Amino acid sequence: MAPVYQLANVTKAYSGRQILHINQLDIYPGEILAVVGPSGAGKSTLLRLLNFLEAPDSGSIYFNQQPINHQNVPLEIRRTVTTVFQNPALLSGSVTANLLFGLRLRGQNDGQKEVDEMLERFGLAALRRSPAHALSGGEAQRVALARALILKPSVLLLDEPTANLDPYNAEMIESVIRGINQAHQTTIVLVTHNIFQARRLADRVALMLNGEIIETADTQTFFENPRDSRTRRFVRGEMVW
Amino acid sequence: METISSGIIQGLKLFFSGDPALWQIIGVSAQVSGAALLLSALLGIPLGAVLGLTRFPGRRMIQALVYTGMGLPPVVVGLAVYLLLSNNGLLGPLQQAWIPKLFTVEAMIDAQVIIAAPLVIGYTMSAVGEVSPNLRLQVRSLGATRLQALGATLWEARRGVLVALIGGLGSILSEVGAVMMVGGNIDGSTRVMTTAILLETRRGNFELAIGLGIVLLGMAFLINLSAAQLQGKGH
Ligand SMILES: Nc1ncnc2c1ncn2[C@@H]1O[C@H](COP(=O)(O)OP(=O)(O)OP(=O)(O)O)[C@@H](O)[C@H]1O
Ligand SMILES: [Mg+2]
Repeated sequence: MAPVYQLANVTKAYSGRQILHINQLDIYPGEILAVVGPSGAGKSTLLRLLNFLEAPDSGSIYFNQQPINHQNVPLEIRRTVTTVFQNPALLSGSVTANLLFGLRLRGQNDGQKEVDEMLERFGLAALRRSPAHALSGGEAQRVALARALILKPSVLLLDEPTANLDPYNAEMIESVIRGINQAHQTTIVLVTHNIFQARRLADRVALMLNGEIIETADTQTFFENPRDSRTRRFVRGEMVW
Repeated sequence: METISSGIIQGLKLFFSGDPALWQIIGVSAQVSGAALLLSALLGIPLGAVLGLTRFPGRRMIQALVYTGMGLPPVVVGLAVYLLLSNNGLLGPLQQAWIPKLFTVEAMIDAQVIIAAPLVIGYTMSAVGEVSPNLRLQVRSLGATRLQALGATLWEARRGVLVALIGGLGSILSEVGAVMMVGGNIDGSTRVMTTAILLETRRGNFELAIGLGIVLLGMAFLINLSAAQLQGKGH
């Protein structure tokens, strides 16, 4: 199947410092691709590029075979991709208002049924009227995920979706992620520090170091028989940064 | 001391007895201030949001101009508007419908907007700048168009925008010099509370001056009270 994303020679620098240099990365429809790597490797930056929120300095990004000009990405395309950020950025207002936000942007004003479903699914029903800024870190993270899923994106970019969660909620989120991937063939890019989570959820795993993709392989190969010695050391937990 | 206490009593009497002269002045003030605030908001909020949120060449320059505008001496604005609108001025002779005549309520409104709009722009600019960049990215990621993102950011910054409007209104209500110059303080048409206080004090009519002063203070207090209420609600 043709890839959803094709990246070639993509670079990105901030104030003269090169942060990202990706020679090649393909992401396939319906897969869960985990991106792992140490802090500062450029994982969040990669997600911002995939969500068309920032433009690469050079190189090309194709989305469903179309070259993307980041200055002017058609709204229909932008609205098929959404990110749940590393720090859940909730809007002021209630939990319900946050869940309705994306729907309202799309001119859909009758989302109460979907909201209720989402609240139920994420164990947030009791908090529907709570002000978003009063939520705990884990609750906020679940609201952020629910707010993205309610939009039924065809590509979901997740930046450390379980970082603030206790094991029970982390497991619930993992099963939600697996569930929507299976039910809707949602393409998911999952950035995680947790290599066990990558192993549990991902179809393929990519290792990112210093802005480069060192190796991309199907999950079993990545963990059991990686090509690159740095991957081997990373999955053994031997890499010291 | 006696003048003050009897002035206050007389002033309150005039106010509550519905004294036509006093209420006529209050009416003109309300009309000028309301229109000037509305125009300053319509102009200042979008401009402030765009200046605070978008990057383009020349932005710093425009920001510096806005900050300068925030500190403009009102009499200088009055002078400039006077020179523009007078019959042998720059705009006056053009005789266009949108160019007000000197010594009219419209001319006063224009001067007030020139004074208040930079305040609204400047405060709005800094208010939207305080909204976290992360939240703005998240809004875009959830599928907002540029305009929707601007609206959502303004909504997140609404407290600061409210402060911007109060600041603008405060400067409008307290303005004397510019409205005196371009309005002319004409009895029954362009006399507003501040210019009336000035005149009546000079004439020794402290009752009317104090009555107007009390109304002005009361209005300022009520506006700030309701603003505080609104801010509290958002919390
Ligand atoms: N807007 C920016 N301006 C300047 N530098 C930036 C910016 N965004 C990211 N960086 C830098 O780019 C590098 C990569 O950041 P990024 O957030 O992508 O890393 P990450 O892999 O997501 O790290 P973590 O696992 O800690 O979240 C970091 O060194 C960071 O300081
Ligand atoms: Mg990150």
